[in-house]
Amino acid sequence: MNFDINSTPLDLTGEKYRDVPYEEKERLFNEIKADVRFHDVLYGCYECGVCVAACPSARFYDFSPRVIAQAVAREDVELVYTLMNDSIWDCSQCFSCDRCPRGNSPGGLITLMREVAVKNGLETAKEALEGYGRIIYKIMSTGTQVSPDMLQPNAFPDWGHHVNEIAENLDLWRRALPPETLHTVETGWSVSEKTIIELYLIWHMTGVMDMIKEIDEGLFMILQDVMEERLEDAGYDVLFDE
Amino acid sequence: MGQQVIPVEELIKSKKKPGFKYTPEEAPTEDYRDILFQLEKEGELEVIRVPEPYVEVTTKYGRKKKIPLEHTWHHKSCGQCGHIPGYSTSIFWLNRQFGFDYVDPSDQTSCTAWNYYASATSNAEAQAAVAVRNFAAAAETGRFPLIHCGTSFGHYKEVRHELLHHHDLRRKVREIMERLGKKLVFPEEIVHYSEWVYAIRDKIAERQVIDMKHIVASVHPACHYHKLVEEDAIYDPEIYGAQRTAVVTGTLKALGIQIGEYSSWYDCCGFGFRHILVSRDFSRSFAVQRKIEVMKEEANPDVVVTHDTGCVTTLDQSQFAGKAHGKKVGIPVMSDSQIAALAMGAHPYKVLQLHWHNTENRPFLEKLGIDPDEKWREFEEALEKLKRGEKQYLTWEDADA
Ligand code: SF4
Ligand code: SF4
Repeated sequence: MNFDINSTPLDLTGEKYRDVPYEEKERLFNEIKADVRFHDVLYGCYECGVCVAACPSARFYDFSPRVIAQAVAREDVELVYTLMNDSIWDCSQCFSCDRCPRGNSPGGLITLMREVAVKNGLETAKEALEGYGRIIYKIMSTGTQVSPDMLQPNAFPDWGHHVNEIAENLDLWRRALPPETLHTVETGWSVSEKTIIELYLIWHMTGVMDMIKEIDEGLFMILQDVMEERLEDAGYDVLFDE
Repeated sequence: MGQQVIPVEELIKSKKKPGFKYTPEEAPTEDYRDILFQLEKEGELEVIRVPEPYVEVTTKYGRKKKIPLEHTWHHKSCGQCGHIPGYSTSIFWLNRQFGFDYVDPSDQTSCTAWNYYASATSNAEAQAAVAVRNFAAAAETGRFPLIHCGTSFGHYKEVRHELLHHHDLRRKVREIMERLGKKLVFPEEIVHYSEWVYAIRDKIAERQVIDMKHIVASVHPACHYHKLVEEDAIYDPEIYGAQRTAVVTGTLKALGIQIGEYSSWYDCCGFGFRHILVSRDFSRSFAVQRKIEVMKEEANPDVVVTHDTGCVTTLDQSQFAGKAHGKKVGIPVMSDSQIAALAMGAHPYKVLQLHWHNTENRPFLEKLGIDPDEKWREFEEALEKLKRGEKQYLTWEDADA
């Protein structure tokens, strides 16, 4: 069975990133290792490939959780940098690889690597998240991720006419839902004002907005406006850009 | 396809794997309850107790887990509430049928894990704070959180592991909660709704009004339910000889449904978090080629049943493109809550809300002796009332009328 339909070959030679100073690559590598969860996700690697056999992304892309676990375990700073740019965003985060006999979670390791890529504003992370900004906006500003009004034919053309039908009847069909919290259209359910304010305070206290700034300055500014205004109305003097 | 031979028939037939014994000593982590209660003693956090009445079930390595029947606080899921609202509506409907006390709160945010697994634009502190804020909101209502989404469930199990093992993370989250006027609380158990459905499966079967013995269903176990923190997922020697999780399948069997086996059951659905939104070719292709086509070829089921937002959406919606390409598709996809509600006589449109699903489900309803035209007419009558302004919303009473 050959599913390798849309894969770009992964260049593991290190050529592509030769101009990036080793110290920079090492700094990012150390950031991955410094995460409190690092020791829960990587214990070493047998090179057995169990993770690859279970991995959906390995079937479709030139992608291997084994290579990622190995590279990090061997502290191959150059290779880790390449993978951080050109491989980690292929992962589906399904955690099928958690059946690793060594107790690793290659998927969990990838999550940490992605965080470091985002925090440091790597261009490849920006590319991987292109077109994703509206979703980040939704989750951070409303507290729910997928809203009914996202079901628009232009957003999901491959789901067929069914999406048109939903879009046309959206308001009526939402009112035809017995649970009271589900009559909403712009959010998954109705979220109280107090709850949203608490969520914004969490974003503020945990530095998540700094990550958004690194990855998408425009999105940061829009979110900042929305959040600061609502926080001010609720009596909080909070600035996201201090 | 089809080269892989897995002796699934034997597994299904043998009620109990000979000599099967749970092996608690092989559990990869210590019992989280011990740590939770120890930290509570030390004044580090407060544990939200599972309220009575509860049912005890067994998890992968033989630990007992308490599943509350009622006094539950429903932690909804952004995907299901937004795009397949019949999934959660059916959960609430079941609660109402049994007269269970529950609350559907608006003081609740998403766990935000879908975004986190997609974009990594968050961090351990933020993820833990969002979880604890929701749990604190549940505790304030005097009820126990019941988690609708497979990803929220798996993610919260991971957050629990991190919070229990990292003092600094606890300190930071405690500080955040203080600022919000809340305490660092954590539930004694993290309970997924499909565990609750499994726990009450015999009660559901007692009130079954639709015969389902001639129905074949293929089950997709949600990755984040059974792969993340594998030791905290229900396993039962009566179901697959405890070699796979028992939720969903246990419920379907209690309703008399036959299980249609297929070899790629362990594969994910193709959702991929960022893939379903921005690399959709992967999600579509994987869902069709590795799941639906395999089910169709090997089991030809009447329905696919699963227990997570992303899985229902991906497996259902991806079939449209598959059909356009002449693939072997065309199996309706539903949650176990919807199937359980249907078995108890719930309305397919007013309660199951099947019009939000994509793949044709009328033949499935007809096979159950339900006339989809008549049911749709009833739903349209209800819609007309809303259109005419006689009512603003469809009520629970209308749903059962
Ligand atoms: S989490 Fe990522 S690496 Fe692991 S099996 Fe899933 S797609 Fe592969
Ligand atoms: S399953 Fe574990 S030990 Fe085996 S190759 Fe993958 S990460 Fe390494």
